[in-house]
Amino acid sequence: MKKVNRILTVFIFIFLYIPMAVLIVGSFNEGKSLSRFDGFTFQQYAELFRDRDLLKLLGNSLLIAVLSSLIATVFGTLAALGIQSLGPKMRRTVMRLTDIPMTNPEIVTGISLSLLFVFIGTKMLGQQDCLTFWTLLIAHITFNLPYVILNVMPKLSQLDHSLTDAAMDLGCTPRQAFFKVTLHEIMPGIAAGLIMAFTMSLDDFVISYFVSGLDFVTLPVEIYSYTKKPIPPKIYAMFTLLFLLILVLMVTMNLLQLRADRKKTQQLMEKG
Amino acid sequence: MKRNKTVLLSVPYIVWMVVFTLIPLGVVAYYAFTDPDTGAFTWSNIRELGTFLPVFGESVLYSVVSALICLLLGYPVAYYIAHRSPMVQKLLYMLVMLPMCMSFLLRTLAWVGLLQDTGIINNTLDAIGIGRLKLIRTPGAVILGMVYNYLPYMILPLYAILVKIDSRLIEAAEDLGCTPAQTFLKVTMPLSTPGIVSGMTMVFVPAVSTFYISQKLGSPDTMLIGDVIERMYKQGNNANLGAALSLLLMILVFVCTGIMNKLTGSDGEDVVVV
Repeated sequence: MKKVNRILTVFIFIFLYIPMAVLIVGSFNEGKSLSRFDGFTFQQYAELFRDRDLLKLLGNSLLIAVLSSLIATVFGTLAALGIQSLGPKMRRTVMRLTDIPMTNPEIVTGISLSLLFVFIGTKMLGQQDCLTFWTLLIAHITFNLPYVILNVMPKLSQLDHSLTDAAMDLGCTPRQAFFKVTLHEIMPGIAAGLIMAFTMSLDDFVISYFVSGLDFVTLPVEIYSYTKKPIPPKIYAMFTLLFLLILVLMVTMNLLQLRADRKKTQQLMEKG
Repeated sequence: MKRNKTVLLSVPYIVWMVVFTLIPLGVVAYYAFTDPDTGAFTWSNIRELGTFLPVFGESVLYSVVSALICLLLGYPVAYYIAHRSPMVQKLLYMLVMLPMCMSFLLRTLAWVGLLQDTGIINNTLDAIGIGRLKLIRTPGAVILGMVYNYLPYMILPLYAILVKIDSRLIEAAEDLGCTPAQTFLKVTMPLSTPGIVSGMTMVFVPAVSTFYISQKLGSPDTMLIGDVIERMYKQGNNANLGAALSLLLMILVFVCTGIMNKLTGSDGEDVVVV
C-alpha cells in the first residue's frame, strides 16, 4: 500500500510539472510550435528583451503586483491588529466579510467590481472610460487583503502578551514595545502574506480581465487575447523567467520560515 | 485605554471591505433586476435564466466529477506528504504550491500542445505505432484541464489536516486490532473530513465558474456557465443578463458549499486556508 502511494505521488508530481516543462522547453525551441522541437536556441530570450510592448505589459503586471501587495500588507497588518482586539462576535462578523472574496467565484468578484466602477463612473460621475489603472489597483488590493489578514491573524493570536508587558515593564513605551516585540513576532506572517499577495496579484487573470480598461492592461489579460492569434514563443521565454522568479521567492519564504522556527526552538531550549 | 485605540485600526478595513465586496454584490443584484435600455425595474433577466439551466447543470456535473477525481488523486498524495520528515514536507508543499503561482492560461495552453491532434502525445503514439487518438475537444480534456489546474487546491488543505492527526490515535487503533484498512476508514478518514470538505469546495468553486479551460480544451459546443457569463458581459454587451447569471452562480455556489458542509456535519468554521 505504501509503495502504491509513493508511486502515485511521483506520478502526480510529474503530471503537475509536465505542462510547465513543455513551456520551458518551448522557450528554447527554434520553431514556433510547442509540439515539435526544431533545435536549441536562446533567440526567444533575445526577442523578448527587444519587444518593448511585451516588456511594458510585464512592467504593468509587476507595478500592480508590487503596489497592491505592499499596500495590502500594510493595510492588512494594521487591520489584523484592530480585528484582534475586537470582541469575539464582531470579530467573527469581520472574518465572514474577509471570507467573501475568498469563497466567491473569481468571475463574480470581477463582474461585481467592474459593475461597481461602471455604475459610479457612468451614472454618478458621467465619465465614459471608468476602468483605469486605479480601478485595477483597487481590485487587486481588495483580493490581496484577505491573504494578508489570514496570514497575520494566527500569528497575532499566538502572540504571548506577557512579552509586550515585560517590554513595557522594562521601560519601553507602548510604541517601542509594538515595534520591538509585537512586530518582530508576527513578521513571518506578514512576510508570508506579502509574498502570497504578490504572486496572486502577478498571476491574476480573471478579476483583472473584468476590471481593466484599454489603456492599462496586464500580461495575463494580454495573453488571453492571444486566443485568436498564435502565441509568439517569446511568451514562453517570459514564462520561464517568471518561473525562476517565483521559485526564488518561494525558496526565500521557506528559508525565512525555517530560520524563524529554528530560532523559536532554540529559545525554547534555552528556557527549559 | 490602549485596547480602544487599537480597535479603531479595524475601521478603515471594514469600510473598505463593505465598499468593495458587499456593495458590489448589491450592484450586481441591481443590474440583474434592471432593463439594459431603460434602466427600469424588470423581471425579464431573471425569467431568461431558465434557458440557461442546462448550462448550469453541465457546469455542475463537470466540476463535481473533477472535484471527485481530485479527491481520489489528491488524498494519497497529501497522505504521503504528511508522513515525511519536516524538511521533506516543506519541500513537497512548496512543489505543490508552485504551479498555482504560475500563469494558468499558459499552463492550459501547454495542454493544448500536449493533447492536440498533432501534439506531443499523439506524435509519440503515432511513432510507436498505436496511431493518433482524439484527445482534445472532448469532455475528458475539459475534466483533465480542471483536475490539473485545481488539484493543488485539494492537496494543500488535505495535507494541513492530515499532518495534524495525532499518530497515537492510529497506533491505538492498530493495538486494538484494526487492520490498516479499518484504521484508515474508522480513524484517519473521519478525522480528515474537514480537509475533504474544504478541498472539495476549493476545487468546485473555481471549476464551476471557469471560462478558459472549456474554451481551449473543450469542443466548440461545450459551453460552461463561465463562458456564457464572459460572453454576455464582455462580448454580448448584455451586462444585465450577465449580472443575473452571476447572481445565480453565486447562489448556486453558496447552496452547493452549504450542502457539502451540512452533509459532513462541518459548520465551515474550520475551513483550512492555504
